[in-house]
Amino acid sequence: MASISSDVIRRWLHLCEGVFIEHKEELTELDAAIGDADHGANMARGFSAVPAKIDALPGADIDGLFRATAMTLISQVGGASGPLYGTFFLQAARPAAGKTELTLPELCACLDAGLGGVTHLGKAVVGDKTMVDVLTPALNALHPRNGDSLDLVLTRAVEVARVAAMATIPLIARKGRASYLGERSAGHKDPGAASSELLLTALADAAKT
Amino acid sequence: MKKLINSPENVVTEALQGMEAAHGDLLKVHFHPNFITRADAPVPGKVAIVSGGGSGHEPMHGGFVGHGMLDAACPGAVFTSPTPDQVHAATMAVAGGKGVLYIVKNYTGDVMNFQMAAELVLAEGIPVESVIIDDDVAVQDSTWTAGRRGVGATVLAEKICGAAAEAGQSLAEVASLCRKVNAEARSMDIALNSCTVPHVGKPTFELAGDEMEIGVGIHGEPGRRRGKLLPADGIVEMLMDPILADLPFKVGDEVLLFVDGLGGTPLIELYIVYRKAAELARKAGLKVTRNLVGSYITSLEMAGTAITLLRLDKELTGLWDAPVLTPALRKGV
Repeated sequence: MASISSDVIRRWLHLCEGVFIEHKEELTELDAAIGDADHGANMARGFSAVPAKIDALPGADIDGLFRATAMTLISQVGGASGPLYGTFFLQAARPAAGKTELTLPELCACLDAGLGGVTHLGKAVVGDKTMVDVLTPALNALHPRNGDSLDLVLTRAVEVARVAAMATIPLIARKGRASYLGERSAGHKDPGAASSELLLTALADAAKT
Repeated sequence: MKKLINSPENVVTEALQGMEAAHGDLLKVHFHPNFITRADAPVPGKVAIVSGGGSGHEPMHGGFVGHGMLDAACPGAVFTSPTPDQVHAATMAVAGGKGVLYIVKNYTGDVMNFQMAAELVLAEGIPVESVIIDDDVAVQDSTWTAGRRGVGATVLAEKICGAAAEAGQSLAEVASLCRKVNAEARSMDIALNSCTVPHVGKPTFELAGDEMEIGVGIHGEPGRRRGKLLPADGIVEMLMDPILADLPFKVGDEVLLFVDGLGGTPLIELYIVYRKAAELARKAGLKVTRNLVGSYITSLEMAGTAITLLRLDKELTGLWDAPVLTPALRKGV
């Protein structure tokens, strides 16, 4: 099975800049409907600062790339998404310690650790209408079964993420600022779920390039 | 979008430069990361009080930095909580050897960023206590939400705790006092129109000419429900009823009545609100012995008001009356 090199990870983190700039208004619109209209700008600001930080790293250790991304997001983004996405990459760095390439199960271990950090900090569970609604099933879909190819699991994870983000629409938010709306939060896609879908889609695009 | 700005990206920086230019006698403004400290910080032998939050709520929090109130304020981007390194740097600049109190409004982002900052500061051996303010009665279903938001009680807590810190109280005492203020205060907001976040360029939500948003938050986030616009007295009843119902106020209790403007409502209307709110408090058997009327926690140019009731005792009244010298709140000096 193909492995994921630090070049792929680097490409992923670079791609995120363009993705979040491109989808800035869309995320802001989603956030304006049930939150405070800052998610698009926050994600774009954070990921725009990442390429310079990771390019300045001398080595090719994947944990270093993840850690630099984490620290950049934590220091640049603010809001809830800064600590949450920052923690995601900070925790993802641990299983990647000293590695310059990851097998698919190792990549899964990193991202699962990232999700663990997010749920520990944000206390959200699936169904609360948050990023966890997307990350949980999509990262589960990323785990290879019966020798699935890298391409296959990536395609599957992206599709699961897309469906899971859509599935947040009818939910009533129980975490974050959208929860203040109670039943009025139903009928809108969760902006954090949408940004998590974008993040995973960018990973798939980077790996397939 | 019609705003007195030069560019959306520079709103926070240029406003901070303006504060520095206007209030350099009271404040020091630090850039990259952004934070405001009182000019004489750190004050040795005093508990330092640090708060912060998204920009767009001015004068909160930067306008409350100074003698008798905050030692530092950390402004985030508009409606976005500040980052842990801002809070960490501000803390290091004001810690006076007696520990630091974080006054944090209960929003998911604020709570997380201040928690991460507290961990950084504790690792450097500086004692930190965080108190979460959650006085908004509009958020009812707290088991299933992020909990009640922090609104009007924040300003009252910053004033009262600032006075206690100035008087030499310990970190544990000031933190416990802050929890007491939060426990004794209840608030609710209403909006007559939305507001426009500069980098978004259009209103966060739309209200028809005859509608109002009830239980709105201070970030332009839509409220609990929408209703037909009422005359001021009807709106005040709609705010006061849940406030009075929520805290077990007793006949004869002394209270501070705080009528806040959300940014786009003139003082003349706030006094119309105050008139009715004071009348309703009296009818409920309360004695309004202190008050605050004005725009202290705003949501950019949102029109609307927030009412806060704080039950007072001798201790809280005395600390409320203590001298304070900040750009936005000044008395007794």
